[in-house]
Amino acid sequence: MTETALEKLVIVGNGMAPGRMLEELFEKAPGRYAVTIFNAEPRVNYDRIMLSPVLSGEKEYEEIIIHGDGWYIKHGITLYKGHKIMAIDRGAKTVTSDHGVTESYDKLVIATGSVPFIIPVPGKELRGVITYRDLDDVQAMLLAAQSREKAVVIGGGLLGLEAAAGLQARGMDVTVLHVMPTLMERQLDPAAGYLLQKAVEERGIKVVTKANTKRILGEEKVEGIELDDGRIIPATLVVMAVGIRPNAGLAKEAGLAVNRGIVVDAGMQTSDGDIMALGECAEVGGMVYGLVAPLYEMARVAASHLAGDRRAAFAHSDTPTKLKVTGINLYSVGDFADADGREEIVLRDATAGIYKRLVLKDNRIIGTVLYGDTADGAWFNDLLKRGTDISEMRDTLIFGQAYQGGSPLDPTAAVAALPDDAEICGCNGVCKGKIVGAITSKGLTSLDDVRAHTKASASCGSCTGLVEQIMSLTLGDTYNPAAVQPMCNCTDLGHDDVRRLIKAKKLKSIPAVMQELEWKTSCGCAKCRPALNYYLVCDWPDEYADDYQSRFINERVHANIQKDGTYSVVPRMWGGVTNSKELRAIADVVDKFNVPLVKVTGGQRIDLLGIEKEDLPAVWADLGQAGFVSGQAYAKGLRTVKTCVGSDWCRFGTQDSTGLGIRIEKFMWGSWTPAKLKMAVSGCPRNCAEATCKDVGVICVDSGFEIHFAGAAGLDIKGTEVLGLVRTEDEALEHIVALTQMYREQARYLERIYKWAKRVGLDEIHRQIMDDTEKRRAYFDRFVFSQKFAQVDPWSERVSGKDKHEFRPMATVGFNQAAE
Amino acid sequence: MTMNWIAIGDINDIPLRGARCVRTPTGKIAVFRTAENEVFAIEDHCPHKGGPLSQGIVHGTAVTCPLHNWVISLETGKALGADEGEVRTIPIRNDNGALFVALENLALAAAE
Repeated sequence: MTETALEKLVIVGNGMAPGRMLEELFEKAPGRYAVTIFNAEPRVNYDRIMLSPVLSGEKEYEEIIIHGDGWYIKHGITLYKGHKIMAIDRGAKTVTSDHGVTESYDKLVIATGSVPFIIPVPGKELRGVITYRDLDDVQAMLLAAQSREKAVVIGGGLLGLEAAAGLQARGMDVTVLHVMPTLMERQLDPAAGYLLQKAVEERGIKVVTKANTKRILGEEKVEGIELDDGRIIPATLVVMAVGIRPNAGLAKEAGLAVNRGIVVDAGMQTSDGDIMALGECAEVGGMVYGLVAPLYEMARVAASHLAGDRRAAFAHSDTPTKLKVTGINLYSVGDFADADGREEIVLRDATAGIYKRLVLKDNRIIGTVLYGDTADGAWFNDLLKRGTDISEMRDTLIFGQAYQGGSPLDPTAAVAALPDDAEICGCNGVCKGKIVGAITSKGLTSLDDVRAHTKASASCGSCTGLVEQIMSLTLGDTYNPAAVQPMCNCTDLGHDDVRRLIKAKKLKSIPAVMQELEWKTSCGCAKCRPALNYYLVCDWPDEYADDYQSRFINERVHANIQKDGTYSVVPRMWGGVTNSKELRAIADVVDKFNVPLVKVTGGQRIDLLGIEKEDLPAVWADLGQAGFVSGQAYAKGLRTVKTCVGSDWCRFGTQDSTGLGIRIEKFMWGSWTPAKLKMAVSGCPRNCAEATCKDVGVICVDSGFEIHFAGAAGLDIKGTEVLGLVRTEDEALEHIVALTQMYREQARYLERIYKWAKRVGLDEIHRQIMDDTEKRRAYFDRFVFSQKFAQVDPWSERVSGKDKHEFRPMATVGFNQAAE
Repeated sequence: MTMNWIAIGDINDIPLRGARCVRTPTGKIAVFRTAENEVFAIEDHCPHKGGPLSQGIVHGTAVTCPLHNWVISLETGKALGADEGEVRTIPIRNDNGALFVALENLALAAAE
């Protein structure tokens, strides 16, 4: 510690802008300030841009934390969580929180952000009307989404559409109301707005444009919305996402100059020399900002001033807009209004759903709108920022960088061709040169390192691919994009490589895999052998001979081992349906073999527990007499298809859910999968079969069958993702089978479908199963082929004598020796 | 103490990389046959929670317990890796495929 006390820096607000400012400040002037932060939200600094992926379920809150508690401790920051500052006393230079904490400051930074705009209509205070701003809002939406009822999102801008997509992904029936004729009119021209609306509607979200909300209906809780034209839209949740306004109230009460936002100069200084403001609450050069790139620029400027460098100044620049809705790609930057002296180049590809428009003035790009294919966004933006004269390449400009000057289509080459000052990360304003410089000077080798040192791809992550390409270019072969986790200690290869090589090298036995892939052990281990056995069964169903000794005991003896070494037996009950004959046969088995416990399972069947291994074949023989086959309750394979009673019985049923469940189970039983696979079919959205937490689920609706997948209700709890809606039972079966086959071919052994889906991305699965008919059929056909070899009842095989050594001791010795 | 060799069967009764059980008055013995055609006999009782080791996956000269994946050396009976524990090994002889185990306590048990 120095003799002079540290200067006291107090920050009001703990969002992304002050967080970034502190990072820069600690780098520029370490140890200069004692920092105190008051955060009205009861948590640390997280990435607000990523709230939409949290809402849609693609990310968890923990994944979007920017500064964990450890960071505050490491930098000696006092963080008051859940403390709202009520007053600033500029004379005494103190601030006071709603919990009565008063702190004095030498320098004060106001970063109170923004508040959502609430449209002043009757009913705006009803329960169920919320905004979309912070994690609490997301949690409120997730809670509301559990009802799977109707939601209305007011506002068809960036935030509103992201909220709508998230709620829809969570199973709500969503309508977007937008006051203008086309969506996102501030960032998109009408043509792109139209394409966007079509894409949004294709996902099942209703869009009403030119919609003026008259009032929100309901007594205590919201029940619907009434529009000016008299239309009424029922809803149990209303999300207002019509815009934000700077949160400048505190500054105004303290007597600082406030216009739309807190007025600051280009150095982020307010009208009080000891108080700065930055972020969404600040107004600089008459503008207020809401996108992260300019806010981070403010943070950089503020940090420089706090560190004593008075030269830093904020300058306005256009920020590209991207929508974070999985499966919808759009990009816009600059000015693209029609005006005199402007020309435009437009490319449309209706079948591929692509629209690109460049707005030119004096042979320079001044605006860009890209929809569908946004790969060249960064390049167009670079030309725009640079003011490059494009007359030389005008004819091919719209086709993108790859078509210019005969340069190759290799994406790495395109990145190599970018100049050093080309912007790679728009959120954090990081250019190529800075990334390359950090990699070489600091010896960085991993993506995480590069993120930590440069911030590139550390916010929205959409430039991760570009950053990785730069790393490949800079590091050459030493960069290993995904340092893989080896399968086990027997090999350095990861599961994905092994799967790929099994196919590529046509390896068709475990010894062949171990030989060709240079296994380090002669015989493998209990981790890799079952995995290899599965991969081979899956990839070569007709040629590979199952290696019985590489299966876990349950799959070897077709029953579930219990803690005392006895087994449990679960016969298949198709779709959870049984009858008196079957129940009588089970009762007889229970009596004959003194079965200690009979238990109904969660998958709608009956479990007989405590059966001695030696008795298994006899138990199966009796069950087989009554028509039972193995329920494969022990398998990494298809387990149950749970159903509700559906339209045959239920007054709410929309389709024959029981029949469909049985049909799926009869079609798919016996198939091995990377991990267990549990399914369900519910006859209506009331979802009595709990299909929305299964590996694969179906919700029947009047218009057809909504296919769900990637749910979990075990170690993790996760609602399903919606794959899509199909009209007929046949289509439902085809899609489910194709999805399962894709999972079978791609997942790592023991990886449940939700983890696989998270890894490969919902987009890709959606594209291959929903959009690509040929691919889907091919998956379906491969599954059907493999079933020819898989659908053999293992119980009846063993009743007929297969593996009989397994069920009896080799010898019994010692008991009668004295007598003999 | 006399070694009491008792015939338990033929090596081909056990699958390669597999095991069979032998019942005795003092509990089950697991008899293993490795990929290299070696045979081992240990108590069929994992030192961890008593899992039946004869039901595990055999790899090299070790077996992985089916209950909680402890790996037990067939040669020493000791748990491998980070786990600590040990099962009794039982002497076994392979006379051209005819297998014998030696049970010192067995004579006692039978005589009583």
